[in-house]
Amino acid sequence: MLAHLINGISLGSIYAIIALGYTMVYGIAKMLNFAHGDVIMVGGYVSFCFMSYMNVPAPIAVLLAMAICTVLGITIERLAYKPLRSATSLAVLITAIGMSYFLQNSALIIWGANPKAYPNIFKDIEAFEMVGGARVSPVAVVAITANLVIMIILTLFTSRTKMGKAMRAVSEDKGAATLMGINVNFTISMTFAIGSGLAAIAGVLLCTAYPTLMPTTGSMPGIKAFTAAVFGGIGSIPGAMIGGILLGVIEILARAYISSELADAIVFGVLIVVLIFRPTGLLGKQIHEKV
Amino acid sequence: MSITKKASAASKKSFINYGIVIIFYIVFQILVSTGNITSALKGQLIPIACYMIMAVSLNLVVGISGELSLGHAGFMSVGAFTAVIVSAAMGDASNPARLVVSIVIGALLAGLAGFLIGIPVLRLNGDYLAIVTLAFGEIIKNILNCLYVGIDEKGIHIAFNNPDAMGMSATGKTVINGPMGAVGISKISTFTSAVVLLILVLIVIQNLVNSRTGRAIMAIRDNRIAAESMGISPMKYKMLAFTLSASMAGAAGAVYALNYSTLVPKKFDFNTSILVLVFVVLGGIGSMTGSLIAAGVLVVLPELLRKFSDYRMLVYAIVLILVMLVTNNEKLKGRMDIFAKKMRMKVSKGGKK
Repeated sequence: MLAHLINGISLGSIYAIIALGYTMVYGIAKMLNFAHGDVIMVGGYVSFCFMSYMNVPAPIAVLLAMAICTVLGITIERLAYKPLRSATSLAVLITAIGMSYFLQNSALIIWGANPKAYPNIFKDIEAFEMVGGARVSPVAVVAITANLVIMIILTLFTSRTKMGKAMRAVSEDKGAATLMGINVNFTISMTFAIGSGLAAIAGVLLCTAYPTLMPTTGSMPGIKAFTAAVFGGIGSIPGAMIGGILLGVIEILARAYISSELADAIVFGVLIVVLIFRPTGLLGKQIHEKV
Repeated sequence: MSITKKASAASKKSFINYGIVIIFYIVFQILVSTGNITSALKGQLIPIACYMIMAVSLNLVVGISGELSLGHAGFMSVGAFTAVIVSAAMGDASNPARLVVSIVIGALLAGLAGFLIGIPVLRLNGDYLAIVTLAFGEIIKNILNCLYVGIDEKGIHIAFNNPDAMGMSATGKTVINGPMGAVGISKISTFTSAVVLLILVLIVIQNLVNSRTGRAIMAIRDNRIAAESMGISPMKYKMLAFTLSASMAGAAGAVYALNYSTLVPKKFDFNTSILVLVFVVLGGIGSMTGSLIAAGVLVVLPELLRKFSDYRMLVYAIVLILVMLVTNNEKLKGRMDIFAKKMRMKVSKGGKK
């Protein structure tokens, strides 16, 4: 039971890191970035290439993957999303879906359809023994720690720094933020950069925990992380973390005790139930419409 | 006076759509009977008609009712697998009877699913609604992946997660085999039946849109609070549009399923929902004509791009992004309009000479 719980928290931490990317972009640009899951996949492949083909040590490979994903995120935003700033949200959504197809099929052409075996970063480290005999893999420890660190840094970033304050201002009211001298386009680009950098970290963790890498690797975790973001209340950073972890724990427990085939159905079922009682997610703000 | 004019304009628009469908039908019937059609395209005829039904029915939700649904393929799969079971259970009846009963029951069950999912979903708005419909589509796919149905002389046996629990006799036949999906389907749907269904769906949607109910649905879309204060119940009308759309998707799924000998639940996943949404958005939100044309062209397009093999989905993605950018970006749109005007001027000048 304890082992399942820790596995769940670890998977949930990965979801939470991905969900942060969704939630920040949604909060600021008010768009569902469907290509986010595929940025995770790119992060996985890039780090894989550095480690397997060039024998770059893992920490440097992760940093390189983060750098490449950050650039990719900014490029996607500039080319595909920025021209549609004033378009309907549905048009932006379809563009994001097009981007997702584009990334998946580019990966298919570059790296082929055959799954790649992701190298085990922690092969020299033994699994930890817990009280009660449960074993915890090093990936789980790293994922949980990374999630906590990212969470703390992001919270401080959005509440203390000038850039973070600009982000909150843009998410609240774009027009007013522009009038206050905030460069809205730059702020949105920065948000995409942070989200994509986090996606690279999530990609490495995800592939280390589940070491098969395919062009579609990112799509299901992407959808689930998006669910986690909605679950916690989209636009809220602590919400993304709580949503991610809860989702991971529910998924692992359902897999272990109910049925592995039905685990996803249970996860999505819980989401629907939560949204019935709290239509804006666990920590979402209820906005009242005015006439 | 102006109202009657408007009404006649609306009915003219409707007739264009029936015209498109009938021309589509006649052209392909002629091509098939004269043998001037590749077998790959011939196999696509029923799916094209089904995707057209999917697109116009999703347009009812997205365009007319203004709600974003990402789970339309879920309703299609409810209709599809129901139809497979029904048609297998009526093994002795004539093919047309089996087809009609399968479509009706498939549509009813999909409509019921739409009603049930609509209760929680329609209370939410915007992107929350999108994610719940997405979740619903995934749930349906997962449940169907665990479903085992068999038929023997005693009747229908249903089991969950464990094929041995069906308790069939030795002569029984498995109809739905978990993740392997439906097996041994009798291929009873025809191109004609798919087109007839498409026309029926168009008649229902277009008459609904031009009715008092349709105007109420559109009023809620345009301004929910204003509509509510006029005494229109948002829940009731949204539910009507959503359930109707779900049952049409179920009917499309029924015809679609009975065109293949095997069918896996994975066929109706998130990507299929997205595909149909792409038809609706590219064709023009709210425009049934656009949905019909976009569905037809975009189902055939990957077939035509086959010679690019690996690159075809990449080309598809790039085309999708470019079309969205050109049609939705103010600057590019302005340039395109100027370009189009110049072209028209050139053409008309050329005509005068």
